Amino acid sequence: MKTATPLARWFSGRKLVIAAPYTWLLVFFLLPFLIVFKISVSEMETVQFKDLITFNDGLVQLTLKLSNYTFIAQDALYLSTYLASLKYAASTTVLCLLIGYPFAYFMARAKSTLQPTLLMLVMLPFWTSFLLRVYAWKGLLSDNGLVADLIIGSGLDQILAAAGLISAPGRLMHTPFSLVLGMTYTYLPFMILPLYGNLAKMDLRLLEAAADLGANAWTAFWKITVPLSKAGIIAGSMLVFIPCIGEFVIPELLGGPETLMIGRVMWDEFFSNNDWPMASSVAVVMVLLIIVPLAIFYKYQAEAQEARR
Amino acid sequence: MKPANAFNRWFARGWLSLGYLFLYVPIVALVVYSFNDSPVPNVWRGFTLKWYAALVEDHELQAGLWLSLKIAFLTACGSVVLGTLAAFALVKYKRFFGRTMFSGMVNAPLVMPEVVVGLSLLLMLVSVQRAIGFPERGLMTIWLGHLLVGLAYAAVIVQSRLLDLNPSLEEAAMDLGARPSQVFWLVTLPMISQSLMSAWLLTFTLSLDDVVLSAFLSGPGATTMPLVIFSRARLGLNPSVNAVATLIVVVVAVGVIVASYMIAHAERQRLRELAEATRG
Repeated sequence: MKTATPLARWFSGRKLVIAAPYTWLLVFFLLPFLIVFKISVSEMETVQFKDLITFNDGLVQLTLKLSNYTFIAQDALYLSTYLASLKYAASTTVLCLLIGYPFAYFMARAKSTLQPTLLMLVMLPFWTSFLLRVYAWKGLLSDNGLVADLIIGSGLDQILAAAGLISAPGRLMHTPFSLVLGMTYTYLPFMILPLYGNLAKMDLRLLEAAADLGANAWTAFWKITVPLSKAGIIAGSMLVFIPCIGEFVIPELLGGPETLMIGRVMWDEFFSNNDWPMASSVAVVMVLLIIVPLAIFYKYQAEAQEARR
Repeated sequence: MKPANAFNRWFARGWLSLGYLFLYVPIVALVVYSFNDSPVPNVWRGFTLKWYAALVEDHELQAGLWLSLKIAFLTACGSVVLGTLAAFALVKYKRFFGRTMFSGMVNAPLVMPEVVVGLSLLLMLVSVQRAIGFPERGLMTIWLGHLLVGLAYAAVIVQSRLLDLNPSLEEAAMDLGARPSQVFWLVTLPMISQSLMSAWLLTFTLSLDDVVLSAFLSGPGATTMPLVIFSRARLGLNPSVNAVATLIVVVVAVGVIVASYMIAHAERQRLRELAEATRG
């Protein structure tokens, strides 16, 4: 048995395993976020921020500048950007679910020898650069692009224009349509994978039982398959919805002036206006926006992990 | 076979085919148009390799690629080490001070908007730099940002593998007198090595692809490849981007296929050895 110095013993095993990543996350994740919060309520003095707490003639004074938040709450531009971000994220989630649920369902019911290949084919695009795949849509949707020709040739652009998704027939890029298409494309695998994981594990004898009891395939699907895949639906939806709200690259490459989203607004406050307190306030509000979907996601994640034991 | 069944089967096949078409058409188009001999994008004028030849002269892109590869390598290594530790802490130790907060912080970077992570890390680094004159923005600061997100991904992958492990093997080793560190290095680590490999590859590709964190955390002279590509793509279609994209797609596809084949092979080997060992 080797003798360890007290310090080495303290740092060994369990403590080190927990302390190393814990400290790392406290310093590089939590602390930065607290700093953002502090700056969002700080007064800016040319280059330095005023201290929040000051001593003045024996008085401890706490100064919180809330004008950024009241401005965000009252300004029509900010409000409409928040609503637009929520709207586009929600549309993307619904579209991903409509395309992804049948897709995952058919994958899970395909021949079992074929399933690893099908799964691999869903994951493969995820490994190739996300930035380049979004850029590819820019080519497909701009003038003379493959998909643009297809949509205009089939007259679909008239319907899209009538629905207000594109500004005029024949112009597909930089519209709500191109933005939501790009986000749906990017986040579809995030919907398919949890759904597939869930549907592939399902006990098919339940469906046989339903059939024996006289339910037709359609009834059995809605009464048994869909309720049993609830956890997969929620996990997939949150994995699409949450990152879509703060998305920056896709709106920047595929969106246009009408599709201003909150990530872009924060970016501009920081990089163009150099208004750090304002950018920080927008970031804090962004986190508040995703906290509810995040809580739902964590709850189901924890339940799923408990179920695996 | 009943006609309804045949219809269902064809409907399923059609839906899957259209889905895969949707996923792969952009990638194929990207590759095809990298060989297009036309100054006007989207108009096919015949086959050329000139965009690839132009890459040889493109020093901005090459410098970006080199920096990105360095950062991605460091990120992947750091993420696997910290992510494995975090996964271990969460799986093996059910009770410790602040466990809920720890678990929340491990998972949060997965879903937190990248603009928020980038901004907060930058503002902290700026305050630190003002106080002690270090660190300069560049490779180091980008690496810190990527590591934060990479840690989360690595932790999730390793965690799910650890949960699947059969605890009796580790218990047997301990019964036979192995110290905890020996159990880890000789029993646990070989069993989770495939998940470490996948985590390394995934965090490497994520880092190689990142725009937002790098944009916040890079400094003068430290422009990564995605930043170069992003600034060109913002301005419009650019055949040089297609050529780079094709090279990346080919390298990644080959790499992923070879790696997953090797992982599957090693897994089969391990299961075979395990089966033989238990048969005695």
